Amino acid sequence: MEITVGAFVAAGLAALFVLAMQVSNITAFQRADGYNVYAYFQNVGGLRERAPVNLGGVQIGRVEAITLDAARFEARVTLNIDRQFNDLPSDTAASIRTSGLLGEQYVSLEPGGMPDSLAEGDEITLTRSALVLEDIVGQFLYNQSAGGED
Amino acid sequence: MTAVLQRMGASTLAVLATLGRATLFFLRVLLGVGEMLRRPGLLLREIYSVGVLTLVIILVSGLFVGMVLGLQGYYTLVDFGAEQSLGVLVALSLTRELGPVVTALLFAGRAGSALTAEIGLMKATEQLSGMEMMAVDPERRICAPRLFAALISLPLLAMIFTLLGIIGAYLVGTAMLGIDGGSFWSQMQAQVSFVDDVLNGLIKSVLFGLAAGWIAVFNGYDCLPTSHGVSRATTRTVVVTSLVVLGLDFVLTALMFD
Repeated sequence: MEITVGAFVAAGLAALFVLAMQVSNITAFQRADGYNVYAYFQNVGGLRERAPVNLGGVQIGRVEAITLDAARFEARVTLNIDRQFNDLPSDTAASIRTSGLLGEQYVSLEPGGMPDSLAEGDEITLTRSALVLEDIVGQFLYNQSAGGED
Repeated sequence: MTAVLQRMGASTLAVLATLGRATLFFLRVLLGVGEMLRRPGLLLREIYSVGVLTLVIILVSGLFVGMVLGLQGYYTLVDFGAEQSLGVLVALSLTRELGPVVTALLFAGRAGSALTAEIGLMKATEQLSGMEMMAVDPERRICAPRLFAALISLPLLAMIFTLLGIIGAYLVGTAMLGIDGGSFWSQMQAQVSFVDDVLNGLIKSVLFGLAAGWIAVFNGYDCLPTSHGVSRATTRTVVVTSLVVLGLDFVLTALMFD
């Protein structure tokens, strides 16, 4: 009986372990070895904290925090980038993209050509905000109606 | 009219009195923890009868719940071309809700009813009074190990249920429906968070275990010492546990996931 109870408890703990390692992204815990850079966006759209930061389609970090800069009235996005990618050019550009038509939003980085690299606490100055679908549709309709009157 | 009001008042007072007895009972059982830890064999035996013997129903229903979830989720997701997200759908529903809740409901039916019937029958056959005569506190000797066995077993069972459900959905998804196994797991890992989903599900199941154990043991201890009383207490255990688990689940979900 002791053995079966022990096996039962072990099975339960093993299930929790598998759920932690295989089902959930517990690796997100191990983000201590990264550095933070900041990017200001006029509009972050539906970007969430912990969204991926990609370069060339490969994930190199995560969105650490999104706050509003009260002085600039812009969203201040903290990007936590993996320590192994510590050689990004300082004029790297950041833009908010959507994976697929309805997928989640992520930050895409495009490397520039400057020789010096981004370090902890730096700001990414070249940014492109999220595309807001309503704005695009509104602009399209406006252009259409303006063109129709000619 | 007065008679109706009187009856309503009497039943309200009876409910309040039961609640008060249940709370006092719980506190007295908590005081028995130290004594229970000195005799871990008692706890071990109860974990066996409450947890290990419930394992079969949990394994089988977990597998089938996951398979059904995989099948139904697939038919809904395929309309949107999002059938690769089946893993996310199944894992989130199981870790957050179905794992803890369905396990607690099955647990109430399989183990809770047995606990109530056992303790109730002990009371009806005056074994509990006999223990008191021998200066053995039945609340500590009988009730505490059973309550804590439920508290320990339910989270373990819920984790096993959740894992089996995900495996069931994976089997159905890859073998029957032709979903790519790689994207099943990778999308799941990208979307399921350990703290928000797995850990919150675990906290839920711990609280459900506490509720299920408390209700089952108290109903047995508090029942009328007749065959009719034992049968009513057993029924009440299953009904009350199910309602409390579902109500508690709503409150916890509202607190945990915003």
